Amino acid sequence: MTKTIERIAPFAFGLAALGFWQGLVWALGVPSYVLPGPIAIIQAYLDDHAVLDSALLSTLSVTVAALLGATIIGVALAVAMAASRLFRAAIQPWAVILQVTPVVAIAPFIIIWVNQPFLALVVCAVIVAFFPILSSTAAGLAATPPELQDLFRLNGATRWQTLILLSLPSALPSFLTGLRVSGTLALVGAVVAEFVAGSGGFASGLAYRIIEASYRLEIPRMFAALVLLGLSGIVIYTALGWLEAVLLHRRDGA
Amino acid sequence: MFSLREVAKTYPNATIALESVTAGFEPGEFVALLGPSGCGKSTLLRLLAGLEEPSAGRIEWDKAARPGPGDIGFVFQDATLLPWATAADNVYLPLRLRGRTRDEAAPLVTAALAQVGLSDFAQVKPRGLSGGMRMRVSIARALVSDPMLLLMDEPFAALDEFTRHKLQDDLHALWRRSGKTIVFVTHSIYEAAYLANRILVLSPRPGRVAADLRPAIPEGPHRRSSGAYTDLVAEITDTFKRVMPEHD
Repeated sequence: MTKTIERIAPFAFGLAALGFWQGLVWALGVPSYVLPGPIAIIQAYLDDHAVLDSALLSTLSVTVAALLGATIIGVALAVAMAASRLFRAAIQPWAVILQVTPVVAIAPFIIIWVNQPFLALVVCAVIVAFFPILSSTAAGLAATPPELQDLFRLNGATRWQTLILLSLPSALPSFLTGLRVSGTLALVGAVVAEFVAGSGGFASGLAYRIIEASYRLEIPRMFAALVLLGLSGIVIYTALGWLEAVLLHRRDGA
Repeated sequence: MFSLREVAKTYPNATIALESVTAGFEPGEFVALLGPSGCGKSTLLRLLAGLEEPSAGRIEWDKAARPGPGDIGFVFQDATLLPWATAADNVYLPLRLRGRTRDEAAPLVTAALAQVGLSDFAQVKPRGLSGGMRMRVSIARALVSDPMLLLMDEPFAALDEFTRHKLQDDLHALWRRSGKTIVFVTHSIYEAAYLANRILVLSPRPGRVAADLRPAIPEGPHRRSSGAYTDLVAEITDTFKRVMPEHD
């Protein structure tokens, strides 16, 4: 009973908040170019869903490509850092610097340097997204049980065997936790890059539609694009959480 | 088989784990390294396995007994199984690392699991096994490559009393059956007295050999309650009283 209530609680809260919002807009007579109510936002989406859906698809394609890139780069760097202390010492500070530098500050350069707009957006989003995968995979690799490493040594295992048969599978749970964080960051990165690129970028993503709508004072349409972004974030986070649960259950299940 | 010549181990943080240990080990012996926590018995085991190098002294192996990969089976305090692999795959691991195919290894894996009484659990992953069963898998993994020397580092310390007794019975029987050389680290006087046919009592840190006992307790179902067993426990207890520092 309590479980069921907990499960429906977020939806009930959301509905109540939306109702309150709509009621406030009606009661105070707020014009839709200041704050549109939920009904106006839904209406704006329905009126323009073909354009907004394709914008969503465009942003999501950048997000997915960035997440793939971040996974490859993050895992490769983590493995190299685990294999060589020198490499770790050389790379770690630069990875942190790249992480703390706001992508808004470097995106214009990337958009100039990378000619292909799609690729430029992906590169920006990768920069935002790769760090959680790198740091959590590196932590997972470093936490490989020392007794098992001893066992591998005693049996004359090569470094390659130790990596494939022991370290990488041991690091899987940490990697998946990092992947979940990176998934939503890839979306954030894609949106930020589209904002910075503006019409010089891919000219079709959700962020571009948000800018376009704000120039035209189509505030309900702007909100509709924003809602699509929020929903995409929730779907990505939930899907990666589900992937984590399924993979770990299949891996360790009796 | 091998002997320790004034073996010492000092760690970089200046902890002296072992101070001049000298002892010879014969093939087929079941040697218990008995001592309080921190006396360096686990360090000694790691030196024997070649996982660490002594800081002074040396370990001399007989010509025929010099170990290569897989010649030493090691059982850790925890079962340390791969959680994603079945019992059979965990046991197969040492052979896999040395390039044996699954088909080649299958009869050996089956035999090792049978030796520890887990034939029916070959396809179960560690999560589905009890603590005692996991330790049995760990022992099967150490036995599968038919090592000439089995090193065990307090393998039963984390198990409940009933499971521990059962595994002790089984290990003792396995040793009698196979004639393997076993070096078994423990801090339990009772465990050492029951299992081994030779007991090296180590003094508190830095570890030295305080006594080298070769008990002869009659085999059989009443081993734990025989007079020889209780006399041995008393003798070891007296030895400890002599070498342990006085407490308030």
